[in-house]
Amino acid sequence: MGSRASSLLREEDIEEIKKETGFSHSQITRLYSRFHSLDKGENGALSREDFQRIPELAINPLGDRIINAFFPEGEDQVNFRGFMRTLAHFRPVEDNEKNKDLTSGEPLNSRTNKLHFAFQLYDLDRDDKISRDELLQVLRMMVGVNISDEQLGSIADRTIQEADTNGDMCISFSEFTKVLEKVDVEQKMSIRFLH
Amino acid sequence: MEGAWEIAFVFFQVWLSIVVGLIMLPAMFGVSLGFTDIYIKVLVKTLEWATLRIQRGQKEQAALPSQSANGIIEKDDGSMQEEIGELRRSHPKNLAGGDFTLCDAFYFCKKGIENIVEDQVTQRFTSEELASWNLLTRTNNNFCYISVRLTIIWGLGVFIRYCILLPLSVKNWLSDLVHITCYRICARGLSATIRYHNKENRPKKGGICVANHTSPIDIVILANDGCYAMVGQVHGGLMGVLQRSIVRSCPHVWFERSEMKDRHAVAKRLKDHIADKTKLPILIFPEGTCINNTSVMMFKKGSFEIGGTIYPVAIKYDPQFGDAFWNSAKYNMVSYLLRMMTSWAIVCNVWYLPPMTRQDGEDAVQFANRVKSAIAHQGGLVDLSWDGGLKREKVKESLKEEQQKMYSSMIIGSDFNEASVGPA
Repeated sequence: MGSRASSLLREEDIEEIKKETGFSHSQITRLYSRFHSLDKGENGALSREDFQRIPELAINPLGDRIINAFFPEGEDQVNFRGFMRTLAHFRPVEDNEKNKDLTSGEPLNSRTNKLHFAFQLYDLDRDDKISRDELLQVLRMMVGVNISDEQLGSIADRTIQEADTNGDMCISFSEFTKVLEKVDVEQKMSIRFLH
Repeated sequence: MEGAWEIAFVFFQVWLSIVVGLIMLPAMFGVSLGFTDIYIKVLVKTLEWATLRIQRGQKEQAALPSQSANGIIEKDDGSMQEEIGELRRSHPKNLAGGDFTLCDAFYFCKKGIENIVEDQVTQRFTSEELASWNLLTRTNNNFCYISVRLTIIWGLGVFIRYCILLPLSVKNWLSDLVHITCYRICARGLSATIRYHNKENRPKKGGICVANHTSPIDIVILANDGCYAMVGQVHGGLMGVLQRSIVRSCPHVWFERSEMKDRHAVAKRLKDHIADKTKLPILIFPEGTCINNTSVMMFKKGSFEIGGTIYPVAIKYDPQFGDAFWNSAKYNMVSYLLRMMTSWAIVCNVWYLPPMTRQDGEDAVQFANRVKSAIAHQGGLVDLSWDGGLKREKVKESLKEEQQKMYSSMIIGSDFNEASVGPA
């Protein structure tokens, strides 16, 4: 329980996270409680095992990919700042935010950044392209053993065909964005945080 | 100076004997002098006043985060089919029921992040958050200095709890070992106020009593109103001492740890016990572990396979007065008991539900779920099908495979027709 956790989070940190992510003060303290309750080793950082301890996440077919999104390249620990930065992608896009002047350019929860988050679920080696192989691997994660290799292969081929415009048999981020331009990304990739 | 100490000491002795006499004597005769009721009433008034003061203080200091008993996020409860269907509707190639689209991943992604922020299971193994502070520092998020009066009350509370209630409890608890029918004293020692509902449904001989499990005190609570045969492991140490003293009052069914592993041996002994109609009803907690009293988790089917009549009991603690939940991963038995004795009080409601038996065509798992729902419904608890064993163990791989299967059926949908047509 986060009874004593909030005392470890300083006001300056809260202000910085507020500026960077757009979360409110109370949301940040509540999420810090959550962070703290997941941090079983009490070392101020989460490992992949800490995430996998959440049963509903452990049974999610894309669970490992989602967990991976929290960890920067080559790192095994994520601190609270990193945790919040990743969660910030899922803040709803509010109208008044479009006018806010943010020093870091686009807000973390913009449509582009939400799409980029989803793109990275597929892009296993982070080379900004989704190859046929990568798509197959992610598909395999989602369907388990229930679909044969050939069927999965043809699904992957068809998907790349639809999206690929420059003929390199890979899906780039801009091609990805084009295919999904009619999807309501703002709503589907947002979580309603209370207060 | 010394004279003052002597007078104080005499006062203390007189006062202690009065209080002890007022608690122990009535307890032995099963008579209530109504003090606990008055105590509870006073407590409630004090806590309400304290909460109001804090809330007023909070309004003035806007920076204080408001602690809400609600969740962090609002979730959509649509099924996989509904949500992915909605995603695909806006996709340019509208393929009727089936096939894969890149935006399918959005569904899993959103669900995953929601569960990272707030999930149904891990919160059951930590203490419930309260909407108002109950003057126990352990439950408050930020103990902020609000006013002199509040601090004084809090200080008084500490004094009362540690200097008055605790010694009383210890004294009562020790004498409990001597007087074998002293569950009532135990309850008094813990300042427990228990309300029993529907006593006509109380478990009868030769039956099995099942209840939801929050803490070891559950046993005290139930035994206060009836005699049960307990099923359990022989323990060493402190628990062993307690066990041996309990054994003298009621016949129990104790197992060695090695016997517990043999499910058939266990089942046979339980069957024999309930077949004998003169034997006391067996008390079983099918969740297998302590849950934090906001929900009822999966009931292990073992007790429901034995046959016989099941008497369900719902136990709900009022968290306002003290958190009864035993987080065995975090606290050991002694520190838990200490926390219990220094809480304000233990207030709980016990509902005896009408007896249930397994119906034809119903297997043990379905029966267990039916009983679980009845208990959850009566106690106002959330009915979960997650296994309480998840407190310590990893989730089964088969649950993930279920999710994958569900998703696959959404893709294959129209694919069988197109299988013969190769990629264009």
